[in-house]
Amino acid sequence: MLELNVQTIAFFIFAVLSWGGALGLVTTRNLIHGALYLILSLFGGAGFFILLSAPFLAAVQVLVYIGAIAILFIFAVMLTRGMTRLREVVNRQWWAGAIISGLMFVLVIGGVILPVWGEGGTNPNQPVSDLTATTEDLGVALVDGNQFVLPFLVSSLLLTGAMIGAIVVARDQE
Amino acid sequence: MQCTDILNTTAACLTAGGMNPGLAQFIGILFGVIIVTLAPLLIVILLIWVERKFAARVQDRIGPNRVGPLGLLQTVADALKLITKEDITPAGADRLIFNLAPIISVLAVILMWGVIPVSPYHVGVELSIGVLYIVAVGSVGTLAIMMAGWSSNNKYALLGAFRVVAQLVSYEIPMVLALLVPVLLAGSMNLQDIVRAQSGMWFVVLCPIGLVLLFISTQAETGRAPFDLIEAESELVAGFNIEYSGMKFGLFFAGEFVHVMTNGLLIATLFMGGWWGPLAYEAPLLGILWLFAKATIFYLFSLLLRAALPRVRIDQMMSFNWKFLVPLAVWNVLVTAGLWMFARGLIPEGSEGDFLANLPAALIMFVGNVVLVGGFVLSRIRAAGRSERMANSKKSVPGRAIVLANADKGMASVNATVGR
Repeated sequence: MLELNVQTIAFFIFAVLSWGGALGLVTTRNLIHGALYLILSLFGGAGFFILLSAPFLAAVQVLVYIGAIAILFIFAVMLTRGMTRLREVVNRQWWAGAIISGLMFVLVIGGVILPVWGEGGTNPNQPVSDLTATTEDLGVALVDGNQFVLPFLVSSLLLTGAMIGAIVVARDQE
Repeated sequence: MQCTDILNTTAACLTAGGMNPGLAQFIGILFGVIIVTLAPLLIVILLIWVERKFAARVQDRIGPNRVGPLGLLQTVADALKLITKEDITPAGADRLIFNLAPIISVLAVILMWGVIPVSPYHVGVELSIGVLYIVAVGSVGTLAIMMAGWSSNNKYALLGAFRVVAQLVSYEIPMVLALLVPVLLAGSMNLQDIVRAQSGMWFVVLCPIGLVLLFISTQAETGRAPFDLIEAESELVAGFNIEYSGMKFGLFFAGEFVHVMTNGLLIATLFMGGWWGPLAYEAPLLGILWLFAKATIFYLFSLLLRAALPRVRIDQMMSFNWKFLVPLAVWNVLVTAGLWMFARGLIPEGSEGDFLANLPAALIMFVGNVVLVGGFVLSRIRAAGRSERMANSKKSVPGRAIVLANADKGMASVNATVGR
């Protein structure tokens, strides 16, 4: 049964934030407004992480997605004033976007929600802390030789390569 | 929790008095929220007076002295004046974003106060990710300034907003790397744990360069002189807040003043032992006094810098960050982590709170940090000086170049002698 407590209320507030933000993002004709709606939606997502007792992910969501990526979006749009008054809401690739987002929706429902739906899926008496890994577990997993140290190093190498590549592309011809 | 006294264990005492535990907890939290949000807004009234008086003394003036004793009520009068001013939204401005920006600007600063522990028992929220939270909330402040600059529909404001991206986003890197040092030394991101870990030795002794880095980068994050490029009066008129009037301008202003004090509190918490002081555990409310006394040192130093230093150029600011502060911050983290691996073993098990037991390890950390990181600083400064001399000698006319080159040789030999 749905129990009305503080967590439920917070869940609905965050749900409205993330859905409303996403809806505003795809319907607005002003790209700056779109970026701000995106921030609203990401903020709602960060709230979900806190409700799922993953505060580290929530902070990273705010720091990386709102503090870095969304600000870069706004910066890029600010440099191009003509992009702030778009005439049409959808472009010619709308059907491709619709197919991809539909597939993603089916994947998330089928792969993540269905296995834990209904009887035997989740045990409501089991504390959340038993199911979720802590921030310490995440940190150890990233540098543990038996777990994810190789993907971690490869991705950091990739990022360094991308950064150097960007500097080379942006550099003046000498 | 046991009810000992009403100040330290509010919820437990209300429950003992016969109140519903849920309601008692709610009242405890509500009081906490009200105090944490109101305190910075009330303190700022005093802070503005302190700043104006201090800047006046530095510049050999008297400062506000008409309203109230010593001019103490000047800020109240100013705030009243700001409220009565006409609230103008320029034509072509994006009304919603324009009005939202000052609120977010103040919000981002006040949210930081929520995690700063003011005594062993008094802290807004004891977050396990406290340091990361501070960085995340701080980045929202950048957003507020960009929103203000864009929505004003003004070229100067937009230029100010562009500079924000360059400045605040760049200086976030040395700041985060400096924040990494206390996290590394305490082994926790929880601010309360970091303060407790400093019971034996303050982190400023273990890593003095880290404090200097944090101070410089927070000064830039606040956008104050010598880094006040986002509101440079002589170039951008007033920068991002040019179109704001009345109390909306006042909010930006208040946000900036609170931010300086917040930086002081942050540095005091992370490097100067936070609420640690005599009788910190016996009389917890004394911790507030110790914390604010330590924060005031950095606050006043920041004011002194603002009153004494000229503004830097944007290219100087960027090259100072990327070519000097960032490599220095990375090197500082490496040195601190490396030294701590060895020095940690010198502290006997179970005597982490003992000052004398911490002394040998602290000595190694201090000397190692100053020598290794300081040597790096000196080598960078010498390399920068050398490249500047080379550039100068290339630009001059041939006849003069020989003289300069000879002078360079002379300087080089002097440097070499000094170096030995």
